[in-house]
Amino acid sequence: MSADIPVKKTYKLYIGGEMVRTESGRSDPIYAPKPKKTLLANVSRGSRKDVRDAVGKARAAQDGWAKKTGYLRGQILYRMAEMLEGRAGSFEKVLRESRGLSPAAAKREVRGAIDRLVHYAGWSDKYGALLSTINPVASSYYDFSVPEPTGVVGIVAPETPELLGLVTHLAPVIVSGNAAVVLLSERHPLAALELGEVLATSDLPAGVANLISGRKEELVPHLARHMDVNAIADAGGDAALSKAIAEDAAVNVKRVKRYAVRDDFADAAQGLDFIEAFLETKTTWHPVGV
Amino acid sequence: MSMSAAVPVLDLSLVPRVDAVGVEERAAALGKRSIKKEAKRSGIRLAISMLDLTTLEGKDSEGKVRQLCRKAVRPLPADPTVPHVAAVCVYPNLVPVAKDALAGSGVKVASVATGFPAGLVPLPVKLDETRRAVAMGADEVDMVIDRGAFLSGGFTAVFEEIAAVKAACGPAHLKVILETGELETYDNVRKASHLAMAAGADFIKTSTGKVVPAATPAVVLVMLEAIRDHYFETGRRVGLKPAGGIRTSKQALHLLVLVKETLGDAWLTPDLFRIGASTVTNDLLMQLAKESSGRYQSADYFTKD
Amino acid sequence: MSTTVKDDTARNEAAEKVAAEKPRLEFGGAWKYAPSPEATDHVEIAPRYGLFIGGRFVPPRSKKHFPTINPATEEALSEVADAGAADVDAAVRAAEEAHRRRWSKLSPAARGKYIYRIARLIQEKSRALAVLETMNGGKPIKESRDVDVPLAAAHFFYYAGWADKLSWAFRGRRAESLGVCGQIIPWNFPLLMAAWKIAPALACGNTVVLKPAETTPLTALALAEVCREADLPPGVVNVVTGAGETGAHVVNHPGVAKIAFTGSTEVGKVIQRAVAGTGKRLTLELGGKAANIVFEDAAIDQAVEGIVNGIYFNQGHVCCAGSRLLVQESIEPVVRRKLAHRIATLRLGNPLDKNTDVGAINSGAQLAKIRELVQSGVDEGAELHQSACAIPVKGFWFPPTFFTGVAQSHRIAREEIFGPVLAVMTFRTPEEAVEKANNTPYGLSAGVWTDKGSKIFQVSSRLRAGVVWANTFNKFDPASPFGGYKESGFGREGGVQGLREYVELRA
Repeated sequence: MSADIPVKKTYKLYIGGEMVRTESGRSDPIYAPKPKKTLLANVSRGSRKDVRDAVGKARAAQDGWAKKTGYLRGQILYRMAEMLEGRAGSFEKVLRESRGLSPAAAKREVRGAIDRLVHYAGWSDKYGALLSTINPVASSYYDFSVPEPTGVVGIVAPETPELLGLVTHLAPVIVSGNAAVVLLSERHPLAALELGEVLATSDLPAGVANLISGRKEELVPHLARHMDVNAIADAGGDAALSKAIAEDAAVNVKRVKRYAVRDDFADAAQGLDFIEAFLETKTTWHPVGV
Repeated sequence: MSMSAAVPVLDLSLVPRVDAVGVEERAAALGKRSIKKEAKRSGIRLAISMLDLTTLEGKDSEGKVRQLCRKAVRPLPADPTVPHVAAVCVYPNLVPVAKDALAGSGVKVASVATGFPAGLVPLPVKLDETRRAVAMGADEVDMVIDRGAFLSGGFTAVFEEIAAVKAACGPAHLKVILETGELETYDNVRKASHLAMAAGADFIKTSTGKVVPAATPAVVLVMLEAIRDHYFETGRRVGLKPAGGIRTSKQALHLLVLVKETLGDAWLTPDLFRIGASTVTNDLLMQLAKESSGRYQSADYFTKD
Repeated sequence: MSTTVKDDTARNEAAEKVAAEKPRLEFGGAWKYAPSPEATDHVEIAPRYGLFIGGRFVPPRSKKHFPTINPATEEALSEVADAGAADVDAAVRAAEEAHRRRWSKLSPAARGKYIYRIARLIQEKSRALAVLETMNGGKPIKESRDVDVPLAAAHFFYYAGWADKLSWAFRGRRAESLGVCGQIIPWNFPLLMAAWKIAPALACGNTVVLKPAETTPLTALALAEVCREADLPPGVVNVVTGAGETGAHVVNHPGVAKIAFTGSTEVGKVIQRAVAGTGKRLTLELGGKAANIVFEDAAIDQAVEGIVNGIYFNQGHVCCAGSRLLVQESIEPVVRRKLAHRIATLRLGNPLDKNTDVGAINSGAQLAKIRELVQSGVDEGAELHQSACAIPVKGFWFPPTFFTGVAQSHRIAREEIFGPVLAVMTFRTPEEAVEKANNTPYGLSAGVWTDKGSKIFQVSSRLRAGVVWANTFNKFDPASPFGGYKESGFGREGGVQGLREYVELRA
C-alpha cells in the first residue's frame, strides 16, 4: 500500500525570491521531538556561498524596495499576513510536529506572527512622520532630517519561537525599505522555511527577504564580515556568538543591534524602536531666498 | 541670398542663476576683511579718486553745484596730496555750471539723462536729452533703464533703448542704471547686467539713489560677477558704479574689497570703478585724518558742501 | 513654413568662451591688505598643564609630559601631561563618583543651568579661545572666531535647554543617564568637537572623560578651566591629554558606559572591535570622501564658492569636506576656469592674520600624508592645479590644490586626503552623478547644486550620506543632526537626535 508511505519533504532555502537548494549540496535531517527520532524533513544546510548569493540578491533588491511608497510596502506586508492567515493550519501543524507545541501554543504563535505582520504593515507610512524633524537652524536655511533605510541587514534569528521570532525581527527591518538576509533558527527551521514558501508566491519583491537555514556558527561570521552588509540584527541569544558578531562588524562599521527579547508575544517586542534600529538619519540643508 | 552673416543672439535664459543666500554670504564674508594702516590709507585715497560726487535734487542750484565742484577738485583743502574725485554728477541743466567749475581739473562731468529717475518718457525725449547733455559738456551719461519693460519681459525694447542712447552719447561714456531695488531679485540684476553690457554700456550702475535698497554688497557682487563673465566672453572690460546708501568709509572699503577679490587689479581704477555718493566723502576724509594723526575726528572740521 | 530648431549647444558655446584660457584676471598688488594679526597678549598659556580630574588640575601619575606646538611656526607653546592607565583610571573614577553622587541626582533644570553657564563663559572668553585655537591648531583666526567658538557656545546653549525637557524628547518613556562617557575627539575642530561631545552628555545626566587630540589639547584644557569657573561639580567633566594610548585606556576602561569617538575610520574600527561584547554604547563619527555634485543649471558663481568652502575651509581638515567635485561635462571648463581664478585670491599665511583664508596644516605628519597623496595624483596622471601663493618658510603648509582629469580609480578620488586638495571629475546624467557619488565606502556628506527644486529632492534622496547640502556646503548648527552612513560611522550629533545616544530609555 504505497499510499501509506509519506513523502518526506526537503526544505530549500529562500534566496532571491526563489526556493533553492544550497549550492553546497548538504542537508540536515530534522527530527520530531516526539515520537523521538522520527524524521520530519530534511533541510538544506546553507553555506557561505549561499550567504554570499543572498547578500548579492538583497543588495540588488534593496534600492528598488526602498523606492516603493510606504503605502505599497504596507500593502505587501499586510498581504503577507493574509497569506499566513490562509495557511494558519499548516503552520500550526509544522510547529506542533517540529517543536512539539500543543495545539493551543501553536495556534498562539501563528496568531502572534500574523498580528505582528499586521502591526508593521501599519508602520510603513508612519514611522517617517514620527522620526523626521525640521531643524530650526540659526541661519537662512531650511533644514530637515528624515529616516532612510540602512541598506542590507543581516538577521540572526532567535532559536525559538522560530516563526514569531523571525517575524519579530524581519518585519521591522524590511518595512522601512531595507533588504534582509536571515540566518534562521538552527534547531527549528521548518516553520520559517514554510514562511519562505509563502513569501515566494507573495508580492514581496525577490531578494528583499532571504532565509537561510544551517549552522549559525559556520554562517554567522560570513554574514558579519561581509563588506556589503550594512547592519546586523543579532537576536541569536548566544553571548559568544554575539561578541564575535560585534567584533567582525567593525570590518565595515556595521551597525549592530543586539536583541534579548524576553517575551516575543508581549507588546514590548514590537514597535518603533525595532524599526529605528535600522534607519539612518539624513539631514538636508537648503538656502531660503529668491 | 543663400548665406547670411551670423547674428549674435543674446539668450538671457543662459545667464547664470544667482542663489540669494550664497551671494549674500560671500558678500558679507568679504565685508569682514580687516583693512588697517597702509591698506586703509591707500584704500581711502583710492576710494576718493573713484567718487562720482553727486547732487540730484530738485532744489539743486548753480551755487550748490559750484561748491560741490570745489570739493571735487580739492576734497581736503589742507592736504593737496588727497586726490581729486573722478566726476561730479548732476542733472542736465547744471552740466554747464559743473563744466565751467571743473575746467582743467581732470574731474569729469557726469549727467543723468533719459528721464531720470523713472525713465518713463518717450524714447525720442530720452535721446534728445542725452544729446543735449553731451552737447552741454557731459563727459559721461548716467541713463536709467525702463524697469517696467524689463520686468514684463521686454528685453528687446530695453536692449534697443540702451543701444540707441549709447549711439546718442557719441564720445561720452555711458553708465546704465539698472535700479536694482526695483528689479528685486538677484536673477533679474544678473540678467539686466548682461543685457546692458551687450547693448553697449561702458559702465553698469546699481541705482538712482531714489530707491531703497540700493547698492547692497550682494547686488554689487552679482554685477561684478556679470562683468567678469562678460570679460571672459568678449575680452571687454565694463566698469561698475555702485550708488545709493554708501555713507561710510567702511562701506567704501568693502566695495573695494569686493572689486579686488572678484575682478582683480585691472578694475581698481576710476576708469572701471566708481562710487556714486556725496556724504561718504567727509567720512573718508575724517578716516584719512584719523589714520595720519591717530586722533578720532569731529565733523566740525570738515566742510559740508 | 519651416521650423528652425535651436540646438541646446548655446550653453556649451557660451561655456567654451568663458572657459578659454584668455583673457585672465590678475590678482596682484594693485591694492594690498596690510598685515592684520589678532593680538595674542590677552591669551595666557601656562608653561605646563596637568590633567583635569575631579575638578582640579593635577600632575599626571605617569609623570610624563609632551610638548604642544604652533604648527604655523613650529614653536613650542606649552607642555601637556601624557595620561597613562592610572591617570585615566583616576579620571573615570572621579566621573563615576560625580555621576553617582551629584550629577545624576541634580534636578534636570539645575543641570541645564550649569550648562548655560558654560555657554556664557565661552562667549565671554571667545576672543582668547579663538586665538588659542588658532595658535595650537593652525586654523585661520577668522574661522575660529566666526565658526568654531560661536558654534561651541551655541552647542552648549542648545543642549542646556534640553536638560529639563528629556521627557518631552522621549514621550512616554523615562530617559535615564548612562553613566561615564569616554569621549575622544580630533584635532580639526578641537573646542567645537569637545562641545559636540560634552554638551549632550551632560544634558542627559552623564559625566565625561574627554580625551582631546594629541596635537591640539590647549582649548580642551581651557574648556576645563571654564567648567571650573562655572562651578560645575568636580568630576562631571574630566580632561585627560595624551595620544592614542591614552585613548585606548579610555576605551578599555570597564567603568566607562559609553564611548563617543570622532576621528579616522581606521581608528574607529579598532574602537568598535575593542568595545565588542562589553555592553558599552558606541557612537562613531569617522572619515568621508564627500561628492559635491554641480549640475549645469546651478547658480554657478555660488557653486564655485561652495566648492571652495567645501574643500579649503579649515585647510580641508574636515571629515565632511567636499573633496570630490562631480561637475556636469557641459560646464566643467567654466567651473575649472572660475575655480582656478578663485584659488588665486585665497590668502595663505599667518593663521592669526584676520585676512588669512588658508592656515597651517595641523602637523608635520598630516602634511606628509597630503604630499604623498598629491604625488600619487600626479603619478597616476591627473592634472595638478595649484595656487601660486607664497609658502612661509617655517611651519607646515600646503597650497590650495585641485586636480582635473581624475578617474574614479585614482587614489585621490578614493582616499580621504584631509587636506586642501580637490579631485574634479565629470558626469553626464543625474544617474551617473549619483552612482559616482555613492561609489565609496564612506557616507558622511554630499553636495548638490542645481536651480531645479525637484532635481534636488530626487538626487539628494538617493545620495547615501548623512548630511546633504543642497546649494550650500559645510554648514553646521547645534539644532541640525550630523553623522554618517556606511563607514563614516553611526549615531548623530546635534538636534534632538543627538540626545538619543546619551540616554537609556525605559518604559
